Amino acid sequence: MSERRTPAAATAARPPATDDGEAGTRRDRAGSTGPGRRSRPRLRPGWFQDYGVYAAIVLVLVVALVTTPGFVSLGGLRTQLIQVVPVLVVSLGMALVIGTEGIDLSVGSVMAVSAAVLPLYLGYGAVGGLLAVVVVGVVTGSVAGSLVAFVRVQPIVATLALLVGLRGLATVVGGGRQTQIINPTVLQLGRGEVLGVPYVVVVAAVLVVVVALVVQRTTFGRQLVAIGGNRTASRLAGLPVRRVLVTVYVVSGVLAAVAGLLATARLGASTPNTLGELLELSAITAVVIGGTPLSGGRVRVLGTVAGALLVQLITALLISNDLSYATAQMVQAGIIVAAVWIQLGRRRAS
Amino acid sequence: MSSTGSTTAGRRAAPPHRGEEPGSRGEPGEPVLEVRGVVKEFPGARALDDVDFTLRRGEVHALVGENGAGKSTLIKVLTGVHRADEGEVRYRGERVRFTKPSEAQDAGISTIYQEVNLVGLQSVARNVFLGREPRTRLGLVDFRRMNRDAGALLADLGVPVDPTRPLRTLGLGTQQMVALARAVSTDAQVLVMDEPTSSLEPREVEVLFATMDRLHASGVAIVYVSHRMDELYRVCDRVTVMRDGRVVHTGELAGLERLELVRLMLGRSVDARTERSRDDGQTSSDEAPVLEVDGLRSGTSVRDVTFSVAPGEVVGLGGLLGAGRTETVKAVAGALPVDDGQVRVRGSRLRPGRPAGSLRAGVAMLAEDRKTEGIVPGLSVRENIVLAALPRLSPGGLVSRARQDAVVETFVRRLRIKVSSPEQPVSELSGGNQQKVLLARWLATHPTVLLLDEPTRGIDVGAKAEVQGLVDELAAEGLGVVLISSELDELVRGADRVVVLREGAVAGELTGALVREDELMSVIAGAADRDGARACAGAPDGPAGGGTSTGPTTSRTTGGAR
Repeated sequence: MSERRTPAAATAARPPATDDGEAGTRRDRAGSTGPGRRSRPRLRPGWFQDYGVYAAIVLVLVVALVTTPGFVSLGGLRTQLIQVVPVLVVSLGMALVIGTEGIDLSVGSVMAVSAAVLPLYLGYGAVGGLLAVVVVGVVTGSVAGSLVAFVRVQPIVATLALLVGLRGLATVVGGGRQTQIINPTVLQLGRGEVLGVPYVVVVAAVLVVVVALVVQRTTFGRQLVAIGGNRTASRLAGLPVRRVLVTVYVVSGVLAAVAGLLATARLGASTPNTLGELLELSAITAVVIGGTPLSGGRVRVLGTVAGALLVQLITALLISNDLSYATAQMVQAGIIVAAVWIQLGRRRAS
Repeated sequence: MSSTGSTTAGRRAAPPHRGEEPGSRGEPGEPVLEVRGVVKEFPGARALDDVDFTLRRGEVHALVGENGAGKSTLIKVLTGVHRADEGEVRYRGERVRFTKPSEAQDAGISTIYQEVNLVGLQSVARNVFLGREPRTRLGLVDFRRMNRDAGALLADLGVPVDPTRPLRTLGLGTQQMVALARAVSTDAQVLVMDEPTSSLEPREVEVLFATMDRLHASGVAIVYVSHRMDELYRVCDRVTVMRDGRVVHTGELAGLERLELVRLMLGRSVDARTERSRDDGQTSSDEAPVLEVDGLRSGTSVRDVTFSVAPGEVVGLGGLLGAGRTETVKAVAGALPVDDGQVRVRGSRLRPGRPAGSLRAGVAMLAEDRKTEGIVPGLSVRENIVLAALPRLSPGGLVSRARQDAVVETFVRRLRIKVSSPEQPVSELSGGNQQKVLLARWLATHPTVLLLDEPTRGIDVGAKAEVQGLVDELAAEGLGVVLISSELDELVRGADRVVVLREGAVAGELTGALVREDELMSVIAGAADRDGARACAGAPDGPAGGGTSTGPTTSRTTGGAR
């Protein structure tokens, strides 16, 4: 088959092949004598692609410091952290799914179902509500994962169906109206704090650490990345491809459901009609800006956190400067394009 | 049409109309398509080097050569996909320069590809007339006429199908016929067929050949690309052999011995005998086989394959491209579904179609395509090496760097993988080192059987020797190895026995002193002469099947040869 590839594709596909032996040994020699010489020319573009998002956050903060008094203050930043929590938690699951070369559009609707189900089970106490929320995540995630792994529906189609269907389900379950939350534990979760840090932020931080460890330190995490990087090779290497895929969507579902719980707790009311609308897009934005390529094979958890924060900060900064939310949206579009463009640069470089 | 006159006894069944009235398409024998001194360069490679090629009116011209010989490039130059850098293409006496495939098609050069290149969801009739639909006076597609014409056309080709059916509901063979009908309906003068039978059932092949005979009779010139010797001798008049971008032979096919043809393709002379460097040992005879493959059938490429491998034995799989070697090892490794037959590892039967299961049972396969089936590009050398062994190295599902590092260090040292650090991205390595990384991946799973599919393809000479040496070492340690290589000397040098496949079935087996390039070549060619017979005669004495009764392997040879 390689014979009939176009020349451009052939060379693009295997850059080292043309100068196989020579370059290989030269490279290796350079590597063994001192890695510095070889890596220096690659440092600049690579650095920007990997850490550009953090630099952008610093830049935004500096701009805010100069232009918007009061924005960069303890209270101000605290507000931003609280507001970013739902998107952030959803983005963590999204990063895993994208790492497998998939996508999960259902997350916003899962949040809504979670919010709709929560008040129904708070009669069993806060623990009952939490369990119900987790079950929502597991069930919706299993459906999405099974469609992708076993029925082999494309992820975007499978989760698009769930996006629509679950939004409807949320409206049905929630009776189409807002429900006040009166359970004190849930309200405490939404409004309380420990050592000045809001509970929701603590929960989000714990989840970030757990997901980061899962990706880096568990077989599941490494297999997930390998499957995203080369599915055929992973299958041939005996990896449980379908099991990993289903699990990934379950994790994403549970994280979305938990995000629904946190958002509801913060609001003090269950609003299944509107909760999580378009949130899947914000999550995808955060993941992409954070340096996880949509083509899979790589998951950057901290980058995703930074991506979510960056979008949040920029939006907030624009709004506090009396620009409309519509303007913020347009700026967000610019950021997405810029992030993807920088990603493309990475692929060209490597 | 002097060629047909010289048809020698029974080499091919003469088509009914051969040599009769050529119809209105001009004199037979005069060149319809000529290529003179064509050069085509791709970055880093000269795909065509001063190629001359002449296609005569009303002939079936075989174009053969191993992978990378330049056949596909030549076809693409003929059909307007590529443009030649130098030289000229003359079509019907005039110099032409097609800039895109549709121009060649409009001029009467049609191509039928290996895989059907049509729109599966649309009707047969639409596919036949795609882009040239008959119109009504209002400029709308005239479906009635289109269906009627398509139906007539297909019936004329001997394939009566309902032209309104969606194409994909038809069998592959019939789809291929629709592609052919499309080519015919464009009033093609020249038909290029690129391995048209590779995905067809034997019965479908017959239909295709019958249709080709009709076209041939009406004066259409056909360029026929195939790796199947029997087909070539059956349908082709003349042959052009390509190797390394050059034409090494052009002439009548009938007078050319099969052995000679294979020799031309592979570029070796029969005298070149490389003796095996390993001892003609008594490696295999006593011990129970680690791998037994019995009557394996998988899709259209593996029809009936039986062989076994003893511990410490290297069994070569020989044969031309498309003989089913890769598919055989893939089926054994669980990467392809198995339709019939069974695979046993250390006596216990494998569940087919499950790579993970095969791996657990001790079967590891180094796949042919390093890029798409081996390397995980985003990961480091370390992670690529431990990929398959990850569960074993990770107690409780938690990754243990210490265990990984131990394994990685062992293999980096043993296989002499050149890396600046195990954390280096694998995509930065040279081809040879990537191959070693993959070899390390499989060895880290402690396999009992190692399937190596073209392990030295595309790697430099030094790495090649190292990999070959390593295979010897591994076998000496008791591993059963199956080695696929298109390079005869590699097979002869590395293997204790060579099982030759032809068209998905075992065509013969060479053992002991008969593992020589000349013998191998004659079995690959399927020569019905004494060479082949001698090669086969040696086999029954050999330790075929490691003592178990998989005997038919050898007797099948003679069946194929006569």
